[in-house]
Amino acid sequence: MIAPAQPDLVTVNIDGQEIAVPKGTNVIEAARMVNVDVPHYCYHPKLSVVGNCRMCLIEMGMPAVDPATKAPIMDPATGKQKINWIPRPQIGCGTNVSPGLHVKTTSPMVKDAREGVMEFLLINHPLDCPICDQAGECKLQEQATGYGRGYSRFVEQKNVKPKRTQLGPRVTLDDERCILCSRCIRFSKEIAKDDVLGFVDRGSYSTLTCYPGKKLENNYSLNTVDICPVGALTSTDFRFKMRVWFLKQTNAIDTESSVGANTVVWSREGTIYRITPRRNDEVNDTWLADSARVLYKSVKAADRLAATETVEALVARAAALFKSAPGAIAVVGSGRSTVEEQFLTRHLATALKASAQLVSRVGQGDKLLVSADRNPNVRGALVTGLIKTLPAPQLTDLAAQIDAGKIKVVVAINEDLTAAGLTAAQLANVSIVYLGAHANATSAAAKVVFSTLTVFEKSGTFVNQQFRIQKTLKAVPAAAGATDDLVVLAQLVAAAGGATLPADLALLWKVIAAEVPALATMTFANLPETGLVLDATPFAALPFVEGETLHYKPAQPAVAAATA
Amino acid sequence: MAVITVERKPLTFLERTYLPQIAGGLKTTFKHLIAPKKTLEYPEQRPAIPVGYRGVPTLVKDPNGREKCVSCQLCEFVCPPKAIRITPGEIPADQAERAHVEKGPQAFDIDMLRCIYCGLCQEVCPEEAIFLQNQFSMSGYTRAEMVNHKDRLYELGGTLPDAHHKWDKKKAAEEHGNAH
Ligand code: SF4
Ligand code: SF4
Ligand code: SF4
Ligand code: FES
Repeated sequence: MIAPAQPDLVTVNIDGQEIAVPKGTNVIEAARMVNVDVPHYCYHPKLSVVGNCRMCLIEMGMPAVDPATKAPIMDPATGKQKINWIPRPQIGCGTNVSPGLHVKTTSPMVKDAREGVMEFLLINHPLDCPICDQAGECKLQEQATGYGRGYSRFVEQKNVKPKRTQLGPRVTLDDERCILCSRCIRFSKEIAKDDVLGFVDRGSYSTLTCYPGKKLENNYSLNTVDICPVGALTSTDFRFKMRVWFLKQTNAIDTESSVGANTVVWSREGTIYRITPRRNDEVNDTWLADSARVLYKSVKAADRLAATETVEALVARAAALFKSAPGAIAVVGSGRSTVEEQFLTRHLATALKASAQLVSRVGQGDKLLVSADRNPNVRGALVTGLIKTLPAPQLTDLAAQIDAGKIKVVVAINEDLTAAGLTAAQLANVSIVYLGAHANATSAAAKVVFSTLTVFEKSGTFVNQQFRIQKTLKAVPAAAGATDDLVVLAQLVAAAGGATLPADLALLWKVIAAEVPALATMTFANLPETGLVLDATPFAALPFVEGETLHYKPAQPAVAAATA
Repeated sequence: MAVITVERKPLTFLERTYLPQIAGGLKTTFKHLIAPKKTLEYPEQRPAIPVGYRGVPTLVKDPNGREKCVSCQLCEFVCPPKAIRITPGEIPADQAERAHVEKGPQAFDIDMLRCIYCGLCQEVCPEEAIFLQNQFSMSGYTRAEMVNHKDRLYELGGTLPDAHHKWDKKKAAEEHGNAH
């Protein structure tokens, strides 16, 4: 983790390679920078260092100086300063760099140490890889292969510990596989702030367990599964569903709130099996809320809308509705749509000379990775100019206009209007054009229904609470009969008499870059994996609902007002 | 290309009579008239299958009648023509005999139109649950018929002796407890 222009650099020598690293870096991270792997279990870059697994043992030494004069002692054989090697191995995770530190990771002593640690770890390990979900992404497997002895000398009986334990609603524990690294305990204590896990008993009988009467049931419990280096903690949802080596990984964004946590979607042949976090040190570190991991179930949900007619026929009917009520049309966009869709929605509203609004979705923020704003992309709508003010929770204005007979047609995009405060009678009074993936009261009342895609079936961008624009990629093919939102919106814009806009992302981004100054230099392909922070100053005066979360502090409203 | 002219030698007198050739041919004929028969009345009669023959892949049970496959999906992974398709599943905790194994296949299909009889599945299986045995002829009228489902695979596989009793040992250890 080198921050640019880090002033306190320390030069160290790892396996003969010199590298300057920031002060405070430990040997594991320093070695990572020169592509040297120091195997480890208990160390995790985002947790405190405990140094209890001993897998990261290295040999280290410091340049020799004369104790009296402090003059360097030179080695006549090499002509360089002599290195005083410490005669026993040290742990790499707990050793921070110091100037001139020399490290050996391939010496016979290190090799012996690793073989010894691996042998001890495997003594009581059940070796049940064939039935273990971690197989294929297990550090114990990898490091036994890479650094182990390759055979077992253990003839005694292995320890027996509890298996198939439910630690909570989402996590299953197999104690025999646990290597007692304590990552899960530290995570619960330090990050989730829900200190429920601990070890009981001593020595090789040490057993991970929940404190009596407690459960691992906080909304971050599945992160312990991610960081468990072995198969001790497994996800109950993913348990025995599919081998990880069959799964395709697609980078995506968590859309449950405006945090925009980075995720990886794991799928095989069009079926999503799990969602895990993707490291982004500016957004979510290496964590992800449990609630974000079940969102994939919307793809194969029973209430997916089925296609009834061809898109062309539907567009023709929508166009007829648009013609029937010029000037009496409203567009309800969505804070859950992508930036591209919101851009096309804006074009649709302009072409229809209609007012455009979003529906806000506010919940309780958890100060970590779920923010108060449950719309992932309200800021995208601001940036693209779809809206000027923050969305209201209820569409009272629209309701009043419908009651007054001023609005005859409503285009609703992914939003259930009844949930947004419109009554069934009001819905019956207008003709609704609905775009969405799932059925709801609005789609039932709609005259024209386009069945569109869930976020896992399309690519696009979202702007999170930090005004960081991030991209999500299509993980699985579209459900049968569903049409890409961009295709539908582009055709609707054309049908409403607007410009002819491309539905293809690369081409559409050319238009977006030309029309939206804030995005002028961007293309979809060039957007970095970690996102790009946009200028937030034009919106500083808006009273955003988010409270503080990980890596986000809301601007002080007073300050915002002053700068506005 | 060079042309080589081969000179044709004139036949000898004996060769021109054809008699030695006819006698030679008749000798072979009469030898086989009295020799033991080699042809088999297939399919009523079947050949003896040599050890190590790689026939249709099958799933086997252990001598206790327990399903050996734990649906680790290694065979599905290794199979070159992707003939194997497994849906893994959990063995419910209330099945006393098998619950300690935890995992077993819900569905197990081998598409015999794809299988190339390579034997890699047998080689990779950590549970010694899949074997290419003697069965060599498979036929069917439809593509669907050529897919062997789990029950058919067990029917073809039967029971094989097991030298390891891995899971029995596991259960014994669990019952012993090795507690402190
Ligand atoms: S359950 Fe996993 S993360 Fe927790 S102590 Fe054991 S090995 Fe470490
Ligand atoms: S024998 Fe070869 S081709 Fe046939 S199922 Fe096994 S691995 Fe696949
Ligand atoms: S390799 Fe063996 S145990 Fe694993 S799924 Fe195939 S048959 Fe079952
Ligand atoms: S990683 Fe250093 S002791 Fe575990």
